[in-house]
Amino acid sequence: MTQSFDVVVVGAGPAGSAAALAAARGGRTVCLLERGPFPGAKNMYGGVTYPSVLNELLPGWWEELPVQRWITRRSTMMATSSSSVTVAVQADDWAVPPYNGATTLRSELDPWLAAQAVAAGAVLVTSTTATALLRGEGGRVRGVRTDRPDGDIEARVVIACDGVNSFLAKEAGLYPHFSPAHFTLGAKEVLGFSREEIDRRFGLVDRQGVDIEMIGVTQGLPGGGFLYTNLESVAVGVVVGVEALAAAAIRPEALIDGVKSHPAVAPLLRGGELLEYSAHLIPEGGYDAMPARTSDGLLVAGDAGGLCLAAGLFLEGVNFAIGSGQAAGEAALEAIARGDTSARGLAGYERRLRDSFVLADHKKMRRAPGLILSERMQQRYPSLVCGIAQDLFTVTNPAPKPGLTRLLRTHRRRAKVGYAELARDAVTTWRTFG
Amino acid sequence: MSNPDERLPDRSFDDRMATVEFRVADTAHIVVDSDVCRSCTTKACVIACPANLFVPTAEGGVLFNYEECFECGTCYLVCNHEGALRWSYPVGGHGVVFRRA
Repeated sequence: MTQSFDVVVVGAGPAGSAAALAAARGGRTVCLLERGPFPGAKNMYGGVTYPSVLNELLPGWWEELPVQRWITRRSTMMATSSSSVTVAVQADDWAVPPYNGATTLRSELDPWLAAQAVAAGAVLVTSTTATALLRGEGGRVRGVRTDRPDGDIEARVVIACDGVNSFLAKEAGLYPHFSPAHFTLGAKEVLGFSREEIDRRFGLVDRQGVDIEMIGVTQGLPGGGFLYTNLESVAVGVVVGVEALAAAAIRPEALIDGVKSHPAVAPLLRGGELLEYSAHLIPEGGYDAMPARTSDGLLVAGDAGGLCLAAGLFLEGVNFAIGSGQAAGEAALEAIARGDTSARGLAGYERRLRDSFVLADHKKMRRAPGLILSERMQQRYPSLVCGIAQDLFTVTNPAPKPGLTRLLRTHRRRAKVGYAELARDAVTTWRTFG
Repeated sequence: MSNPDERLPDRSFDDRMATVEFRVADTAHIVVDSDVCRSCTTKACVIACPANLFVPTAEGGVLFNYEECFECGTCYLVCNHEGALRWSYPVGGHGVVFRRA
């Protein structure tokens, strides 16, 4: 027997649960499908969530969100193999409501968010894979096929939140320019320590946490390294371009080892017990590499819609998933109420994305992926910055201090950085972050 | 074996993979056509697969073990040979189960 709902959401990650929550709140029948045995089982990320996006859907979210630690120190590190320069921002405001970033585990965050959708009336069905779209007249999407016996589910609107590999969005033809160039691979290890040991090593109290983003630690591959403190574990890993990884003869776990053995990182991790190794793809193409996200009867949100912000200074995905999921749920409500769930009736989705941070941030930072993953930013600028900083603070008595002008001249030459490209990138940086 | 640098890399990789839970399905969700792989010169999957599941064979083909797959899709992205990989998700409730990611 075919089941029927107003809305079926595929994937109970942050995008899917936010979509289901918004649609169920509007009084519609909602089925939330998850292929894992529980929400979050298939999901992996660096480790930090920025939950202020939940202010509207779940006010006071910080009372319940399953947080590991609140990020109170955010560090950006540029490194060569033997030196590094780190800018660390610490803020007491980030340790009290409404907070800022938090480390969370997906096996805790995703079930919590899905439970909010269930509390609003959505039906969560786990251990069920959506295998295909059901099509009606003119090719309009009218539901999904699942791998359960008699597992067809009909719906007026299907919201595909089936992740970075979105088979459903591809099946619907929404990815005409699909290219491996727009994806990175994230791989990480979670290392166990006692809570006290993490507090001691990183200088933390209460539930404070640290976020360290690194550039120049990926053995020449375009990407970066990261380190995040959980309550009783530390996540350390890399994000690298998939094409470059394939072309290089370096395996992902060797890249993680490279980060772990960097002189600025190694002492922080010594003696940690490996608790879990994991990997996941990331849609990092940004604004200019996004798929279409709407067709007749179908909306696509979260990673499936290419909505993951990888802009060097800012690395955010869960909030974009939640923001886009909520917009999809609301647009579905609007379309159903009007009795028009065609692509035209669902146009409120892209409008909502454009009017919110989801597309505004992506549009503003559309040049970021190209800049951050460039060979200049990856290798030559870290050399330049580290070289200047090291010599600036190296006392060379009896010789007098060299002065910044001379250091810039010397290290610019040594790192083979041209004034023209430096100026060009300064302009791009300003347009991206200014 | 006292010096960690002398440990066999394979052994250490097995230790890594042993930290991950897998609920192995009866059927493979990724199928490799080794005949196609024989003509492949890059074998990018062998380098890029984070779970190290692609093994080059003496005959120039590629063997694939689906049991400990992260379902990440990297192999599918880097494979440059049409039809070499058939890829889908494992049947619901099976495959990788991340706990601390």
